[in-house]
Amino acid sequence: MTQFYTRMGDGKRVTLTKEQILNDIQAGMADAADMAGVPDLTANDIEMLFEIISNKNRIVGVEPGNEVIVSYDIGQLDFTGDNGNSGNGVDVGRMEAALLHERALGADTFELAHADYSIKPVKPVIACEMQAMEEIQNEIVIPYFYGAMPNAGLYYAPDGPYGNPADLMREFRIEEAMKAAELTAEHLAKDIEYVAPKLVAAGADGFNFDTTASAGDADFVGTLYGVEALRKACPETYIMLGMAGESVMGIHGSIEYRGEAVAGKYPHQQVKMAEKAGANVFGPVVNTNTSKSLAWNMARSVTFVKECVKAASIPCHVNMGMGVGGIPMWETAPIDAVTRCNKAMVEVAKVDGV
Amino acid sequence: MAVSHFMASGMGGIRSAGDLVARMQFSKNMKNDKAKEYVAKKLGLSTIEIADEHIMRELREELKIGVVTGVPGAPRGIAAKMNIERLIDTKINSCEIFRGLTKR
Repeated sequence: MTQFYTRMGDGKRVTLTKEQILNDIQAGMADAADMAGVPDLTANDIEMLFEIISNKNRIVGVEPGNEVIVSYDIGQLDFTGDNGNSGNGVDVGRMEAALLHERALGADTFELAHADYSIKPVKPVIACEMQAMEEIQNEIVIPYFYGAMPNAGLYYAPDGPYGNPADLMREFRIEEAMKAAELTAEHLAKDIEYVAPKLVAAGADGFNFDTTASAGDADFVGTLYGVEALRKACPETYIMLGMAGESVMGIHGSIEYRGEAVAGKYPHQQVKMAEKAGANVFGPVVNTNTSKSLAWNMARSVTFVKECVKAASIPCHVNMGMGVGGIPMWETAPIDAVTRCNKAMVEVAKVDGV
Repeated sequence: MAVSHFMASGMGGIRSAGDLVARMQFSKNMKNDKAKEYVAKKLGLSTIEIADEHIMRELREELKIGVVTGVPGAPRGIAAKMNIERLIDTKINSCEIFRGLTKR
């Protein structure tokens, strides 16, 4: 029986038969469809996914004419960061990193980022960030954003002023935990309102809110209200809102955005909230299960994202780093897996960018 | 990661017309196919041609909208973006600020 080289979700090489791959595609798809209440993929989609996975070439790509936008998060930290950010540890300047992405790496957009890549630590160095933005805008051509994670975790003890919901809940202090999350959401929205318009005033094409809701539902709500404030202050700025996972964690449980609880929302529901807040582009995220195959993870991710794209009135740029979008959770993500997931997202899920 | 994605499906930024398509997605909420059609029409090309480096390399230099190689005298940065504003009929924030700074 023919065996096809493929990968596990941790990146390890395995060989699977056609039947095993098709079974994994069906199972991954069913997992997503069941979790989010979204439709299964079509028979044609499943056939396309099998063809992509079983392609014998080392890398695959989309057909000419199907190209999409490659937008970025993390900014120059992909060069300068440590391995916590999968960075190269090369202490190159922010201007040089931006121009190298533009002129050597084929980037369609790029962004400026603080070393801590979060909204809160930008506040004390806002003038430095504005100055860097002004200088780089003089040289760069592609849309150049400022990017940061909302990162509500930095507002909780021991790093921030509010009690840590995880600690409080462990002590059954549920109401205090919920109050801490609510105060954090308000604080985060105010910080976004302080930071983001200043970067736009310095020339940024827009703002990228990356890994939104990494600290759960209050993180998402704070970000959405922050996006609203930015849209009001800067009606024409570009706003990209990318998520942290396929489902919003209910750390608070019932905190709402415009009368609707956000906990447990899936990509096709998250995008409607991002639209309402004023985002121009939404970045759905689906995390990888390292114990499952590439076929399982790819089918699961495509099922979530296809419905998100269908529901969206704005473009969707799916997150496709190591450990998201079907791509194995491995620091040096194998290029056979990366390009296969990329092609599947573009030609089956029909994303507008990656 | 960046190179893998660019090779698999990316427009390639200023190697082709990726920056222009991105600007239409972000400024007008256009989905990818509409944004590509819009840019193709403005450039008098097809949607396949605007992602073709062989066509776009010379056209970008001729239109003075920025190229990937170091060409002395060719506009880049704000100057190239001012030409992009006119070409695809959009406002670019850094150009607006630059104009504001140079007003007497």
